[in-house]
Amino acid sequence: MSVDATAMERAPSPWTGRALLRRLAIGDEVAHLVTLIFAFTVILLTSLLVYQLFLNSAASRHAFGWHFWLSRTWDPVFEHFGAAPFIYGTLVTSAISLLIAVPLGLAAAVFLSELAPRSISDTISFLIDLLAAVPSVIFGLLGIFIVVPMMRTMIGPALKDTLGFLPLFQGPNYGVGFLTAGIVLAIMVVPYIISVSREVLLTVPRDQREAALALGATRWESTWKVVVPWARTGITGSVFLALARAVGETMAVTMVIGNDPKIATSLFAPGYTIAAVIANEFTEATGKLYLSSLIELGLVLFMITLILNGCARLLIIATERGGGHP
Amino acid sequence: MLLLLGLALTAYAQPPDSTVLLNAAGATFPYPIYSKWFSDYHQAHPNVQINYQSIGSGGGIQQLKAGTVDFGASDMPLNDQLLGQFNFKIIQFPTVLGAVVPTYNIPGVSGELKFTAKALSDIYLGKVTKWNDSEIASANPGVKLPGNDIVVIHRSDGSGTTFVWTDYLSKVNPEWKSKVGSNTSVNWPVGLGGKGNEGVSGLVKQTPNSIGYVELIYAMQNHMGFGLVQNADGKFIKASLTSVTEAAAGAAAKMKSDVRISITDATGADTYPICSFTYLLIPQTISDGTKREAIKAFLDWMLTTGQGSVESLNYARLPKAVVGIEMKNLAEIK
Repeated sequence: MSVDATAMERAPSPWTGRALLRRLAIGDEVAHLVTLIFAFTVILLTSLLVYQLFLNSAASRHAFGWHFWLSRTWDPVFEHFGAAPFIYGTLVTSAISLLIAVPLGLAAAVFLSELAPRSISDTISFLIDLLAAVPSVIFGLLGIFIVVPMMRTMIGPALKDTLGFLPLFQGPNYGVGFLTAGIVLAIMVVPYIISVSREVLLTVPRDQREAALALGATRWESTWKVVVPWARTGITGSVFLALARAVGETMAVTMVIGNDPKIATSLFAPGYTIAAVIANEFTEATGKLYLSSLIELGLVLFMITLILNGCARLLIIATERGGGHP
Repeated sequence: MLLLLGLALTAYAQPPDSTVLLNAAGATFPYPIYSKWFSDYHQAHPNVQINYQSIGSGGGIQQLKAGTVDFGASDMPLNDQLLGQFNFKIIQFPTVLGAVVPTYNIPGVSGELKFTAKALSDIYLGKVTKWNDSEIASANPGVKLPGNDIVVIHRSDGSGTTFVWTDYLSKVNPEWKSKVGSNTSVNWPVGLGGKGNEGVSGLVKQTPNSIGYVELIYAMQNHMGFGLVQNADGKFIKASLTSVTEAAAGAAAKMKSDVRISITDATGADTYPICSFTYLLIPQTISDGTKREAIKAFLDWMLTTGQGSVESLNYARLPKAVVGIEMKNLAEIK
């Protein structure tokens, strides 16, 4: 016993005197503390943001309640506000952009990581990273001057001729609308998918590929059945990064979507998104209820992002259960 | 980051103690003339420096309410309901005039179209849907109008321009007034939205058979063609700086001390019907004596010397009668 006690006295407690100083000198505790604080800053910022949105949307929440999510009217004069057309526009344009960007981005990433010679792959990747850094207003201008006229004269009529029997491709085609916004968004988000997916595919160990080839798989089979499934968590991550950008994009969308808060089946019809209406109307909004409704739209956008991110987590968990990459 | 740098620089270049620094925020439409005025005034009176952020009328009103600026600016006069939200009194000073003009793109039609008030309001209500509708055609004999569908284009961002346009439509068409009303943005019955004057004019240029509306100053600076509008006296008027000042002069007769008068659809043979004042919003009581004197001196200068330079930037100047009323109101600031 007594021996034990002396041993304990001799063994320095990690929190006393010299030992702590030594550990501080090493930097362990400091690094721990600093990174902890920084990590909590992120949480704090997010909570503050939600708190502010919640607080400042009080007037609108009390006036409209949950009806705000379903109402289709947005009338600043008579002060009836509803978010439904904006939620619809946000989801539809994001969905269109992903439908276009995911196959395109994934195929490009597979080519760059699996098939292209390293020098070509690196050059192209550099250009793609440049594309990801282009400000969104530039994409908006690209949309106005190139995509909108193309939509009116070429893409729109072609779609009407071939798929015109679907309600999705009926009605007047102004050049601006859901489909145009979706295409411009796709151009904007595709670099994210390519860039992240390529990096993820490159981290797939060489022996995975070699094992597949050794089992007699063709190059295509090894890529499609081994490499891509191995990397699918990362690829899903890249898709949701792209989705997050598409949902929150403001400038490029408002320049090409037509800014009409209506729910229309036709993809040629003009629409509106949450981010776009906030950017458009916030500066000149007067009146408590009007401002408060715009802020509640911000809250709605935040909740949509939250729901989508939750779905992303679930999807990742579900795919991981299916085997493949640990 | 830039903001921080800017703050650091202003702190570094701290002016001497006698300098009066005034902060203001608000409307974007008069920003070019305001920045010219503030800089001209600073040259003439080096001890007064006015910093104006053109963040939009709504933002200007909010900041003035919160007391973060010394005065605000708005394209829309504050009504009693809005004034009631302030815990101090506001005096509104018209500074310059702006007008809004209809612009269109009809393949095969190159001349200037004439629009009656009824035609314009019915187009924007979605009741007149074809260019060869008799409401448009009857005012334009000799012009061969196509039977195509009209594509209506409006501003998507909240703006004083939209306020003037919808204020005019409310006055000339009771159905518009009851269904849509007037504000910086409204619930449009039909049409596509473009962001800013450039967004509207871009959409109009690109979309065949479309009609939109832009500020007169924007149309003039970009050499755009625009249509004539019938005024309350039945004459078709092409907007110009003189026809806009004319409208204000006609309306000034009805103005006593309240300058918050709408001058759309004003009477008078040569008045252009779609125009309005833009306002500075000044608190009636300013406790800081040096600031108060500086603001009063600036307003006095703006109403006299300042008016001389507005036309160089394509704004219409205030009519003499309005300047007289404002000079009287100026004495109310205490």
